[in-house]
Amino acid sequence: MNEFTTWDILRNLLLAARWTVLLSLVSFIGGGLVGAALLFARIGKGRIGPTFVKAYVELFQGTPLLMQLFLAFFGLGLFGVDVPAWLAAGVALILWSAAFLTEIWRGCVESIARGQWEASSSLGMGYLQQMRHVILPQALRIAVPPTVGFSVQVVKGTALTSIIGFVELSKAGTIVTNATFEPFTVYGLVALIYFCLCWPLSRSSQILERKLNVAHRNH
Amino acid sequence: MSLIEITEVKKRFGDNEVLKGINIDVAPGEVVAIIGRSGSGKSTLLRCINGLEAIDEGSISVAGAQLLPDELHLKALRLKVGMIFQQFNLFPHLTAGRNVMLSQMVVKKTPKAQAEAMAKTMLERVGLGHKFDAYPDQLSGGQQQRVAIARALAMQPIALLCDEITSALDPELVSEVLAVVKELAGEGMTLMMVTHEMRFARDVCSRVVFMHQGRVHEIGPPEEVFANPKTPELQQFLGVTH
Repeated sequence: MNEFTTWDILRNLLLAARWTVLLSLVSFIGGGLVGAALLFARIGKGRIGPTFVKAYVELFQGTPLLMQLFLAFFGLGLFGVDVPAWLAAGVALILWSAAFLTEIWRGCVESIARGQWEASSSLGMGYLQQMRHVILPQALRIAVPPTVGFSVQVVKGTALTSIIGFVELSKAGTIVTNATFEPFTVYGLVALIYFCLCWPLSRSSQILERKLNVAHRNH
Repeated sequence: MSLIEITEVKKRFGDNEVLKGINIDVAPGEVVAIIGRSGSGKSTLLRCINGLEAIDEGSISVAGAQLLPDELHLKALRLKVGMIFQQFNLFPHLTAGRNVMLSQMVVKKTPKAQAEAMAKTMLERVGLGHKFDAYPDQLSGGQQQRVAIARALAMQPIALLCDEITSALDPELVSEVLAVVKELAGEGMTLMMVTHEMRFARDVCSRVVFMHQGRVHEIGPPEEVFANPKTPELQQFLGVTH
């Protein structure tokens, strides 16, 4: 009865994997931009900015991504706004990534020794000049490995969007299984594709970590 | 006419009053050593002078520039007073030359070529002209501190504050840094330095301030302060027994 070849299965999964890659990129880049904006509000001198970002981060880190997806998808639907699955998935993942990236980057900025702030202050630099020329160049270097590491979480996080009906790799796996009745083969291949996406990322995170540590061996 | 005027300065950290009314006037070209036990407030005083710590009472002015806590006044003041730190605080992502060039270009908007020429001159002056392209982690502690001095000098300050600048150095590296400071003193630079190098204070400084529990306990020319300490606290600090 088996009219599906392994190639048929793989081909369909790979086609769906394009959406996983696209959603990952959008979430990561969008999350990075929102996260950078939040970072400046968080470490700035005002009072409202830091409080708001703190609350934002705790909200998104303290609830499951799945709930955030549900709320984005069904929540707006309650108000009569028809949200397509791709939009809900994109928005929820961007906001979720932003919360984590802000927190990762804040740690990097705060790990820069106080002496760097003091030395640049004593040379007459203002806050933005210190940030631009002294603090961020150093923080950025520290931030690269954990940021790349987090991108793995984003790729895997996209799997949850299958629940709200966005057809990416996981959802495609379910659909293909329903047609072929070969769950082991199908989900095995799904896992393999995820692995092929994530492994190079975590590997490069490790390599970057080692490389950048060598440059900083005396600090 | 004094260059640095410190009048009735008080500073508290919470309930702990660290400076309890300090008065010191420093004339142009004077080299003032501040000595005292740790916790006596000597580093805090130095950090107050260029606004790294805000003062609670009193006033500080440098060549007419009043210390006020807004960014504009702070910047004006910091252009007149350079500071050198115990931990060097070089920017680790920049070469020695770039370290010296950065603030000239960013703060004073000096064109790059001119900043580079100035950086070369200043690094020559501290004996490190050949290390222009070296990163801080390729330099010894003494060399890093000398780059830090060059970096402060490149801003052409009229006074330098030195906060225990040899305390983090291996003993054999102390002299190369002190030699540079001595040369600056000889050229007429106004210096205020917190130091534990008593011999250096005796040989180079024009006045010595002994701080004790947040106050100026004794002040005078080094011959007097070292040879003839009046208070029991200073006698004990210097290890003199009468």
